[in-house]
Amino acid sequence: MSATLTAGRPMRKSRYRGRRLLTRTAAALLGVVLTIWTIIPVYNMLLIALSEEGDEFTGTVWPSDPSFESFRVIWTEGYWYLENFWHQFGNSCIIGLATMVLTVLVGSLASFAMGRMRLRKARLIGDLSLLTYAVPASFLVIPFTRLMHIYGLVDNLWSVIAAEVTFATPYAILIFHQYGKLIPLELDDAARVDGATPFQVYWRIYLPLMAPALAVVATFALLLAWNEYLYQYLLLSSRRSMTVAVAIDQFFDSDEAPWNYMMAVALVYSLPPIAVYYALRRYMVAGLTMGGVK
Amino acid sequence: MSSTQQAIGFGRPLADSRTWRPHWYGGIRGSERSWAIAFLVPYVAVFLGFVVYPVGYGIWLGSEPELYVQLFEDPRYLTTVLNTLLLVGVGVNLKMFLAFLLSGFFIQPGRWIKALLVLYMLPWALPALPAYLSLHWMLIGYGGFLNSALETLFGIDGPIWFNSYWLAIGANILAYIWKWMPFWTLVFLAGRMAIPEEIYEAAAVDGATGLRRFTFVTFPLLANLYLISTLLSTLWTVGDFTAAYFVSSGAPALQTEMLATFGFRVAFDNGYPRLGVASVMTALPLLIPLAILLMRRVQATEVQL
Repeated sequence: MSATLTAGRPMRKSRYRGRRLLTRTAAALLGVVLTIWTIIPVYNMLLIALSEEGDEFTGTVWPSDPSFESFRVIWTEGYWYLENFWHQFGNSCIIGLATMVLTVLVGSLASFAMGRMRLRKARLIGDLSLLTYAVPASFLVIPFTRLMHIYGLVDNLWSVIAAEVTFATPYAILIFHQYGKLIPLELDDAARVDGATPFQVYWRIYLPLMAPALAVVATFALLLAWNEYLYQYLLLSSRRSMTVAVAIDQFFDSDEAPWNYMMAVALVYSLPPIAVYYALRRYMVAGLTMGGVK
Repeated sequence: MSSTQQAIGFGRPLADSRTWRPHWYGGIRGSERSWAIAFLVPYVAVFLGFVVYPVGYGIWLGSEPELYVQLFEDPRYLTTVLNTLLLVGVGVNLKMFLAFLLSGFFIQPGRWIKALLVLYMLPWALPALPAYLSLHWMLIGYGGFLNSALETLFGIDGPIWFNSYWLAIGANILAYIWKWMPFWTLVFLAGRMAIPEEIYEAAAVDGATGLRRFTFVTFPLLANLYLISTLLSTLWTVGDFTAAYFVSSGAPALQTEMLATFGFRVAFDNGYPRLGVASVMTALPLLIPLAILLMRRVQATEVQL
């Protein structure tokens, strides 16, 4: 008995160690693959942005002679395509922030009424909101654009904000509703007994406890607005009202446009959402848990 | 529902309360009810003004039967539908499956895995348009980064990507996966993190480890999340415009268009808005059942997702 045990042990141990080494190598390999997969398109942007005009596609894989000229040109708006760049950047920020704030506000108010105020028919609204996704945003764009002509909102940032909020809110309601189930209703009741109005319950109890879900939805809404192109292109046409996404596309459409400027613009444009994502990242996973599995 | 709630009779009104309240009255009264309605007004306004009205308008725009005859006679339309099905069928499912597997990788302990997750999320935070343009320029035949890298590293002459239908549509699908896989990985990661450790411990006592733990514990618990996420992602992807428009731009010769880009081109470049609306309306028979299924799944789950 004891002989078999002592004989068995070292063998099993080495087998275990071998297996662990294998898993570790596989994990490291996967890590390298994921890094390359993630980074290459970003690296390519940088590579083009750091090239001199006309040298973008010379077949190099390394910026042999990096030039920051394109970033300087953006900073000073020193090229006719970029004349209003910082104004357009401001427009993008306004749309992004307004979408973020309105989505969080409209979505949380609706899900508060649905989930915590016992209005019986309110659930129906949550269900209906998901039906919005039966008609994808890009499908709705033609009637939507015509409607904005009727509403007189063409070339107005609010038309785009309305579109982004419309398509971000159903997901917001879904997340809020699921996450809200984690917060005990007894908390609301206790506050109500102490004489709080429903708005006070919403503002002082519901919103603070929902912080992780708010972070998820805020990031989601901002990225939706930042990723979106079609509505911005169709609804904002003048140089003063257009956003960076539309401005970048203008480069794409013209033949002699300097690609290094375009990629530099793209990089600058990518910075705000990246900053917001990394700032709110800590709350993200908790917020996406959405009630979890219990 | 907790016992307190049931005792007080919230949620579902008690049977006898029905005798004196009209059926539409809900479980609450007076100022409480006005508050609830006030809270719902913003969303209802958004829904009526920007969903119901445009959808109704769209249906009216695309209501002429001749439009559909014209559409089905266009051979490009059929290619477009097939492309869209390919993007949804292959793109969405491959993305979800990989995201699910990767969430298992990222849940492992370890500092470098946490750091890698931060990097891995970059495509989600990166706006779609510049990212897709970068991929477009990476793949243009001569001087594009990918072919240059192939040449430098392995001495291979890369293909002219956008000259081949399969390479071009493959590029669109991969670009789409690149952009959206991180978000769903995060969703699944959150789902996995919500599974209490005790469940795994109990399963380990019963002998469920390794692959069996995955098949009998992790997957059943996350199956509903997986289904809801796949449905949502399908609905979002059928209308995807940016991938096809910016990565392949329809090359070669408008063969890799998706429904959204096709509708856009017909409506705005060719100037037939009604035909454009009609082309995208043809996706509704597929999308509405999916949306209803999604609604049902969300209703059915009390705590999951």
